[in-house]
Amino acid sequence: MTAPHPPTPRLRAEDLTLSYDQRTVATHLGVDIPDHSFTVIIGPNACGKSTLLKALARMLKPRHGQVHLDGAAIASYRSREVARRIGLLPQTSTAPGGITVGDLVARGRYPHQGLLKQWSADDETAVVDAMRQTGVLELADRPVDDLSGGQRQRVWLSMVLAQQTSLLLLDEPTTFLDIAHQVDVLDLCADLHARKGHTVVAVLHDLNQACRYATHLVVMRPGGTVAAEGAPADVMTAELVEDVFGLACRIIDDPETGTPLMIPAAPRRFAPEDGEGHGRSPESVMAEPR
Amino acid sequence: MSTAHDTPPAPPAPATTTGRWVHRPRVITGTVLRAGGLSVRIRGRAIVVTAATLAVLVAVALISLTTGDYELSVGEVVRALAGQDSGGADFIVNTLRLPRLLTALTVGAALAVSGALLTSLTGNALGSPDIIGFTNGSAVGALTVIILVHGSMTQIAAGALVGGLATAAAVHFLMLGRGLHGFRLIVTGIGVSTLLLAVNSYLITRATFQEALEAQAWLIGSLGNRGWIHAQAILLACAVLLPPAFVLSRRLSMVEMGDLTATALGVNVTRTRATLLVVSVALAAFATAVTGPIWFIALAAPQLARRLTRTAGPALLPAALTGALLLAGSDLAAQRLFAPALLPVGTATGTIGGLYLIWLLITESRKSRA
Repeated sequence: MTAPHPPTPRLRAEDLTLSYDQRTVATHLGVDIPDHSFTVIIGPNACGKSTLLKALARMLKPRHGQVHLDGAAIASYRSREVARRIGLLPQTSTAPGGITVGDLVARGRYPHQGLLKQWSADDETAVVDAMRQTGVLELADRPVDDLSGGQRQRVWLSMVLAQQTSLLLLDEPTTFLDIAHQVDVLDLCADLHARKGHTVVAVLHDLNQACRYATHLVVMRPGGTVAAEGAPADVMTAELVEDVFGLACRIIDDPETGTPLMIPAAPRRFAPEDGEGHGRSPESVMAEPR
Repeated sequence: MSTAHDTPPAPPAPATTTGRWVHRPRVITGTVLRAGGLSVRIRGRAIVVTAATLAVLVAVALISLTTGDYELSVGEVVRALAGQDSGGADFIVNTLRLPRLLTALTVGAALAVSGALLTSLTGNALGSPDIIGFTNGSAVGALTVIILVHGSMTQIAAGALVGGLATAAAVHFLMLGRGLHGFRLIVTGIGVSTLLLAVNSYLITRATFQEALEAQAWLIGSLGNRGWIHAQAILLACAVLLPPAFVLSRRLSMVEMGDLTATALGVNVTRTRATLLVVSVALAAFATAVTGPIWFIALAAPQLARRLTRTAGPALLPAALTGALLLAGSDLAAQRLFAPALLPVGTATGTIGGLYLIWLLITESRKSRA
């Protein structure tokens, strides 16, 4: 699945300090995104996963350090040029009221269009291909407002694919979906990675999904540093999960895929010494509203 | 790829028809015209609506020019317009009626485009310059010049522009870095607008009786006694401000999907937002400088145009034509229906606008609660 790594990958972050206004999210953050990998970024809430993804896509200007894209500082590119190389699926987007599926996907062609180049033959091919890959071609004439959450996420994904970039960054693409649609979207990403050789970078919440689909795992800890990086089978250990998430667990082989499977430790009902908040004390269980 | 859970079995894909220049695209709406490396997308419904609006607009213009205290035939009007008539008809058409009509059409278009840009930038149908205070801000600026400086048309326009931009800056500041979005913006804007209304009243109390009368008449928003100087001022403003608005409207439809999505598609969101905000404020300011604050056009015209054309985007051209039609039509109705009383157009648009606003407030607050 993974091609041999060239010495410098196309997308890498070097010594980043990331902050929103006054709040610093990460310091000295360095990440290489191996070419043609399916890289998954995981970590506890508010550890800076999405912030890192935004910096990689030039949505957020680092306070210090640089993101390099194809050998040059990403800040030196024109906005449109970045959009021809990197596709990003944000956590939320707003579909304009009444727009059809086809018209929305077609907006992914914006970086390739101009005032008097509004719909070339290439645009049409790219959009039809993108819609076919995500299985929404039949929905082309339907209003986006009428679709289910799972269908809508496929439509947004098609829009990013229509951009025809071989680097795809996805910010929690499964968050608002039920489990069947989560698997559906991840299968689709794995397919794009395997068949098209796209480099896919996704922020995910579910450790087991991350281990199943990733060829390269980036585990972040609170404070925005990288705790571990590498193939899931190499990096996933009970110690790492305990260290990063503060969760006691066991790692076993996934009976379906052989990838690491994280099983949280059984609730320690009578653990009075548990001051760190790991597991749940009887009090906290009792206090929970029913 | 796994099969989709909720997609029905694939029907045969519709065939693509391709002519030499006219191309019927497969997955997007509308028609594509291609020649060489150039291509333009057009949408049938938008064209029909635009043409129909244009036709009604011509009818309203002809009625405005032919009827009134002195009835003229279409032939007389055309001859007067062509400069082949001397005397009565020439004076009535070229000095009295035409400048007023042109002012109405252009101010209507300017207000509508201003509203279309601003409602799109704020993502809220209520985010139009008359609701969130920009119009009242321009009025304060213009009124200051009228009362304190007794300024010329250019100075009044400059005053209105400064007032409008200052109000935009103030509203932006009061949003405390949250950007110009959401229902909070509307509430903040209405507050600022009310405050500015009080400033206007204060300015009038400081004026002499004659100035106060003049100012009060101006504040209602009127097309009465508008001559070539007014028509030229607003035409010039539109000639400068409309082209950038039209050029940037494609970017604006990207920005409507969210700042991150637009940036990911290669749009410089900050620059697009800033430019279009200034264009929107300036259009409303110059319109206000020429006629006084006119309500309802900036609020209603873009919504009407969007609903009629069913386009998912700012639809600036249909909005401009709808605005022009609404204002010229309102002025015609105010002049003819209540003749011989000289009813200012502001009262007509204000009445219809009030009712429309109530309806909009109810539906919008229902939406934001849902």
